[in-house]
Amino acid sequence: MRKSGKASAGKTIVKVTVRIILAIFLAVMLFPLFMILSDSFMGRQELMETCGAALADYEGEVQLRILPQYPTLRAYVRLLFDSPEYFTAFWNSMLQTVLVAAGQLLAAVPAAWAFARFRFPGRRILWFFYMLLMILPFQVTMVSGYLVLNAAGLIDTRAAVVLPGMFSTLPVFILQKTFAGLPDEVIEAAQIDGAGAFRIFVNIGIPLGMPGIFSIMILGFLEFWNTIEQPMTYLKTEALKPLSLYLPQMVKEEPGAAFAASVVTMLPALLLFFGGQESLERGIALSGVEDGENV
Amino acid sequence: MRSRKKREAWNGYLFLLPSLIGTCGFVLFPFLDVVRRSFLQASGRGFTGFENYRLVLENEAFRLAAGNTARFMLICLPVLLFLSLLMAVLVNGLVHRRNLVKTGFLLPMAIPAASVVVFFQMVFDKEGWLNRLLEAFGGKGSDWLRGNSAFWVLVTCYIWKNLGYDMILWLAGLVSVKEEQYEAARVQGAGPWACFWYITLPQLKETAFVTGLLSFVNAFRVFREAYLLAGDYPHESIYMLQHLFNNWFVNLDIQKMTAAAVMLVILTGGILGAKEWKGKCRENHS
Repeated sequence: MRKSGKASAGKTIVKVTVRIILAIFLAVMLFPLFMILSDSFMGRQELMETCGAALADYEGEVQLRILPQYPTLRAYVRLLFDSPEYFTAFWNSMLQTVLVAAGQLLAAVPAAWAFARFRFPGRRILWFFYMLLMILPFQVTMVSGYLVLNAAGLIDTRAAVVLPGMFSTLPVFILQKTFAGLPDEVIEAAQIDGAGAFRIFVNIGIPLGMPGIFSIMILGFLEFWNTIEQPMTYLKTEALKPLSLYLPQMVKEEPGAAFAASVVTMLPALLLFFGGQESLERGIALSGVEDGENV
Repeated sequence: MRSRKKREAWNGYLFLLPSLIGTCGFVLFPFLDVVRRSFLQASGRGFTGFENYRLVLENEAFRLAAGNTARFMLICLPVLLFLSLLMAVLVNGLVHRRNLVKTGFLLPMAIPAASVVVFFQMVFDKEGWLNRLLEAFGGKGSDWLRGNSAFWVLVTCYIWKNLGYDMILWLAGLVSVKEEQYEAARVQGAGPWACFWYITLPQLKETAFVTGLLSFVNAFRVFREAYLLAGDYPHESIYMLQHLFNNWFVNLDIQKMTAAAVMLVILTGGILGAKEWKGKCRENHS
C-alpha cells in the first residue's frame, strides 16, 4: 500500500514537472508573436518610447512594456490609407506565392506518385538527384538559375521567381512517403477492375493522399511567402518586390506602422496555418515514418 | 509479363515528366554549363584548369564562410534534434491539451522572417531590451548583433523556428512504436528509461534520418534572418557561405561562384551517395 502511494506521488511530481517545462517552452515560443501583436496597437509616441531606440534613431532608451497603455488602431489606419507601396508588395507576394504553390501541385504531385508507385530504369539515380537538389541551398544553384533566366530574358520579371520555384523538389520528397504508404490492395483492386494508370492516380491517389498534398501546399505557401533569396537575386524593379523585401525597408523608414504591417503580413500565413493545421500535421508526420517501401 | 513491366516504366516516366522537364531545364542542364565555366577564365574563353578552384580554396572569405557554415550546422543540428525529441517525448505523454501544445510549437513556422527580425532587433539591439534588463540588474550590456554573440542569436532563431516541425516528425515516429513491445518489456521489469533506450530509440532510426535531413535543408534558410538582421556584410561570426555566394554574385565574380558551387555539389552528393550506397548494401544483405 505504502509503496504504491509513494510511486503515485512520484508520478504526480513527474507529471507536474513535464507540464511546467512544456509551459515554459510554449511561453518562449509564443512570446515574439505576442509582442508583435501587442506593439501593433500602440500609438506612434508610445511605440517610439517602447522600441524606437532599438529600431530607429530615436533618442532615449527603450522601455519594457508588455501591453499598450493607450491601445489604438491608428497604425492600421495609417497602413491602410497612407502606404500604397505596402499593398503593391502584398499583391506581389500573393501572386508569387499562389502561382508557385499551384505550379508545385502540377509538377510535384505526379512526380511523387511516379517515385512512390512505379518501377522504372533510372528511378534510383533520379531519386538521388532529386534529394540532392532538395539539399543544396539556393545560393549554390543561383548561377545556373541565372544563366537560364538570363538567356530566356526573364530576369527582373515575376517568372524569374515563380518558374524555378514551381519545380522545387522538396515537396516531391515529402509527398513520396505519403503515396508509398497507401495500401496496395486498394490500388491492385482498381487495376483488376481495369482502371488505367491515370484514373488510379486521379481517383485513388489524389483523394487518399490529400493530407500530404495539403501539407506540401501549406509548406510551399509559407516558404514562398517568406522567401527573400530569389526575389533579392532576380528582381530589381521596386514595384515587383514582395513583402518579405519591402517589410524590412518599412521598419527603417516608418517604424510607427511597421508592427501593424508585420501583423498584416502574417495574416494570410496564419489563416492558412490554422485552417489547415490538421492536414499540415498529418502530412509532416507521414513524411517521417518508416512506411511502405523505401526508394 | 515483359510488356507489363515496360508499360509500368512508361507510366512512371509520364508522371515524372512535368517535374523532370523543369528540374532539367532550370537546374541540371545549366549546371553542366556551370561546370564548364568553372574551368574557364573570366573572359569566358581560355581554359585554366583548376585555377578557379585554387583561388576559391585559398580565398580567406571562403574559408571563413565555410567554417562558419560548418560550425553552425554542427552546433544547431544536434541541439535541435535533441530538444525536439525531448519535447516530442514530453508531449507524447500528455493526455490533455496535446493539440494546443502542438499548435503553439508549430506557430513560429508561420511568422514571416521580417517580423521575426523586428522582434530580435528589439531584444538584442545595443539599445534593446536585453541590455536594459542587464543594466537594471547592475550588469553591462553589449552589442549582441555585432559581436560573436550574433552567432548564438542566429542559433536561437533557427531552433525557435524549427522546433515544432521536428517535434511533429519525432511524434510520428514515437506513435508508430507498438504498445505491445513496451508491455512485454515492462512485464520483464524494464523501467521507462530502459524501454526508451532499447525499444523506442532503435525504431526511430528512419525518423531520425528524415528529421535530420529536413533540418539540414532548413538550416540554410537561416540566411534570411541573418541577412535581414545584419545585411550583406554581417559580423564575421555569422558570415556564411550564403552571404559569400550572394556577394560574389553581386560583384559578378562568376568564376569563383562556379568553382565553389561545383565543389559543394560534389561534397553534398558524396555524403548523400555514401549514405544511400550503405543503405543499399544493408538491403541486399537482409
